[in-house]
Amino acid sequence: MSDVSVDAKESAPEKGPGDNTRRRFLTVATSVVGAVGVAGAAVPFIASWNPSAKAKAAGADVEVDISGIEPGQLIRVMWRSKPVWIVRRTPEILEELKQHEANLKDPTSEAEQQPAFAKNYYRSLKEEYLVLVGICTHLGCSPTHLKNGAFEEIVEGVPDGFFCPCHGSKFDMAGRVFQNVPAPLNLVVPPYQYVDDTTMIIGSTAEEA
Amino acid sequence: MSGFMNWIEQRIPMMRVANMHAIQYPAPRNMNFWYVFGFLATIVLVNQIITGIWLTMNYVPTAEGAFASVEYIMREIDYGWIIRYMHSTGASAFFIVVYMHMFRGMIYGSYQKPRELLWVFGMFIYLALMAEAFMGYVLPWGQMSYWGAQVIVSLFGAIPVIGPDLVIWLQGDYVISGATLNRFFALHVIALPLVIVILVFLHIIALHEVGSNNPDGVAIKHKKGSLSESEKTPYKIHEYYTDKYDIADDVVPFFPHIVLKDLVAFCVFLAAFCYIMFFAPEMGGKFLEHPNFEIANPLKTPEHIFPVWYFTPFYAILKAVPDKLFGVLAMFGAIAALFAMPWIDRGRVRSWRYRCGLHKVNLLVFAVVFIFLGYLGGTPQENWKIIASQIATVLYFGFFVALFLYSKNENTKPVPARIPK
Repeated sequence: MSDVSVDAKESAPEKGPGDNTRRRFLTVATSVVGAVGVAGAAVPFIASWNPSAKAKAAGADVEVDISGIEPGQLIRVMWRSKPVWIVRRTPEILEELKQHEANLKDPTSEAEQQPAFAKNYYRSLKEEYLVLVGICTHLGCSPTHLKNGAFEEIVEGVPDGFFCPCHGSKFDMAGRVFQNVPAPLNLVVPPYQYVDDTTMIIGSTAEEA
Repeated sequence: MSGFMNWIEQRIPMMRVANMHAIQYPAPRNMNFWYVFGFLATIVLVNQIITGIWLTMNYVPTAEGAFASVEYIMREIDYGWIIRYMHSTGASAFFIVVYMHMFRGMIYGSYQKPRELLWVFGMFIYLALMAEAFMGYVLPWGQMSYWGAQVIVSLFGAIPVIGPDLVIWLQGDYVISGATLNRFFALHVIALPLVIVILVFLHIIALHEVGSNNPDGVAIKHKKGSLSESEKTPYKIHEYYTDKYDIADDVVPFFPHIVLKDLVAFCVFLAAFCYIMFFAPEMGGKFLEHPNFEIANPLKTPEHIFPVWYFTPFYAILKAVPDKLFGVLAMFGAIAALFAMPWIDRGRVRSWRYRCGLHKVNLLVFAVVFIFLGYLGGTPQENWKIIASQIATVLYFGFFVALFLYSKNENTKPVPARIPK
């Protein structure tokens, strides 16, 4: 043991003789490099929680043939394991929408519950076809479609609409939520587009494609 | 801040434990590179636990789903391949560092009095690790998983009288099947990791009670009152040690001196580890054997079947003995002999630096024989290898016999009272 270790002894443990800047620099530099390494190593562990390639494939766009939908009929298709409703609205139903605006929470669809193209009076690309994610914005139940006057029992004077059996939320035929129900927001309009007059793609908009 | 720390300290002694077992733990100042492998083993253990948890998130422990779920992890999960390769490379890395750690203990006599239990706990960790690695290798349910499990489980069939029934009980079926896979999964991800973590804890507690050995095998703790003030260490060492002993000026505190040395080793280790993980995760069929990329088929044994490299020395001993029962006994005996090291070695000089020339030769021959057995057990059977593995088996056990004989009246060099400057 020569001078070096005597030195080390005097400087040990932390009360160093005077200048500690080199040591401090090395400590900080090492710590920073180590922290970068830990952050890098964390990437795979965090990223592996994202949907896998299989899940992404299962969540891909869905093509729907809408030529067979009768006026007033609702069909359900599955997109990302969620029910998506497509309703062919008759002129009478479209007319109804104007009757009860005063009872709605968000009649002009201010909240971002729809793609930009559906921020219109009918909340749809073509007014005849309504496309909605059939999940209540309250706690995730799927509301029931009540039609041809059956909805009058729920809301007086409104013959068609959606009623959530779980907590009694009510929506009209544009998916707009009524006042005084637990659901805070209008039903979600998913991204969709028309390929032609009878075929629709759920999951992406025309701009994206 | 110190008020808050005091509040905690009075309720749970975190700083006291940290000081006692890490920051102010007296480590011999002559510890060399052989002393990094315990630290590296701990790092690998942490790696195995974390990557293992992530693998279970997508692995399916059924005969129908296991193989496909591993493919799914490799191909469809974001970064799934890297997590699996960290785990599979980690398994081999674990055995590399553990074998180095064990050989360190052998050359410096770290198993001798008073470290017998420390060594025995270490051997139990090694045993649990072998079981853990074996069961882990079964989980992908490839051809080597299946037939490896078949061979290892059949070993228990060599036990007289109860053997055949024991095999069926272990398998939970008349063959290796989904039932076997399922219980191996449970043992691999819950039971054995718990056992290993508890054993590691006991290993460290035992280590800190008797103190770390060193390349000179010289004691650093001396009887209270036997050292003058100038002979004592100037460093701050925890009272737990200084109250009972005089600590010589042969030590450094574990932090930062040993920790920093270990971190350098960690960087070198990490470079090697990442190279293998990224460029050679199969290691030419040694870390991940090629037949395992085929799904388990109970009707067709692969042409050449070996265990993974870390078991091959013992597998060679098994194959060398031309009798089923005695082969199995020889194989387990090879591990049992290591357990008995503290009592086989009757010498009182620890480090090979101060022991007779024969001891050094004996240790080196043992290391070479162990590696040679590994080669023999991991390559296709040929005629010359039968006699070669028999000779190597005799040499393996010969190490222990010779050690037992010469250590009684060994011609040793004088051991210095203090670590040489």
